[in-house]
Amino acid sequence: MTRPPRRPTWRAARLTGVRPETGSARTLRFEVPGWPGHLAGQHVDVRVTAEDGYSAQRSYSLAAPADGDAIELTVEAVPDGEVSPYLTEVIEAGDEVEIRGPVGGWFVWRPESTAPVLLVGGGAGIVPLMAMIRARRLAGSRVPFRLLYSLRDPGSRYYADELRRPDPGLDVAYLYSRSTPEGWPRLAGRIMLDDLAEGGWPADFEPDCYVCGPTGFVERAADLLLALGHAPGRVRTERFGPTGG
Amino acid sequence: MTAEHLDGNALAGPLAEIFAVDVTAATGRCASCGLAGPIASLHVYGPEPGLVARCSGCEEVVLRLVRGPGVAWLDLRGAVSLRVSLPDPPDLPDLPDLPDLPG
Repeated sequence: MTRPPRRPTWRAARLTGVRPETGSARTLRFEVPGWPGHLAGQHVDVRVTAEDGYSAQRSYSLAAPADGDAIELTVEAVPDGEVSPYLTEVIEAGDEVEIRGPVGGWFVWRPESTAPVLLVGGGAGIVPLMAMIRARRLAGSRVPFRLLYSLRDPGSRYYADELRRPDPGLDVAYLYSRSTPEGWPRLAGRIMLDDLAEGGWPADFEPDCYVCGPTGFVERAADLLLALGHAPGRVRTERFGPTGG
Repeated sequence: MTAEHLDGNALAGPLAEIFAVDVTAATGRCASCGLAGPIASLHVYGPEPGLVARCSGCEEVVLRLVRGPGVAWLDLRGAVSLRVSLPDPPDLPDLPDLPDLPG
């Protein structure tokens, strides 16, 4: 993709729709006139300004490919956060925020890529991975994808209906860290070597691995992938921190 | 370091204010231990009072970025080099092959 370098500027973004994902997260659809397009995995900075002029900004991953000037973010409410409570509880259709982006050129998947893909998501770390799954579908790519989605409990699953629908070439497996659905064969617990060995690709296949989630989850999953023989250059990581919100 | 950190992906927006290319995908080499890797893989602490990016190998400071009113301070003391992938402009004359930089 050859595009002239474009320095991201702040753009007005108007909320046009909301979809609940869980009790504490929702997907926001914004209309951003002049949106230049983006790659799956990229993120944006969102700036919210209060009536008294105080403003705060946070980064959020784009959840889906661009649809013209429309973009989607999925935001989890962080208790005591400055921005996420506004985005998850207060903002209504027609309200405006400012958005700068897209930014980030490392944690991205390009539809022309031919390597098999392993996506490893912890909690809200599913968001940029879902953008990759949707970009693959939109492009008609036949690259095989596997998703390992680690969740605290069954109720914290984002994109539940969409991930349940068959998507040829995409395998989805769930891990639960705190509590499982009834009769679930795997005990609740953090991600283990066996999870990645069974749910991922052999290192010989040279898959591109994308790991996103809270810092501890990402470090652990990335270390396990390296232990399984995946090359460091093929394991891309993105951490969600507790700072923010 | 025991504090929770983000990573260099979080530098993409702030650095995009300064650079015309995405620096997070560039390869940086740590001045302290010599480890080379994408800027996106650095451990980032912040955002207040500024963003501090440390080497994922030795935890030494590679870069610091402070954004103030009307100004940005970028301190690259811990980076020996940055290797940035760029497309060749179509109108550039052929150049002799240059040796690869390490990393």
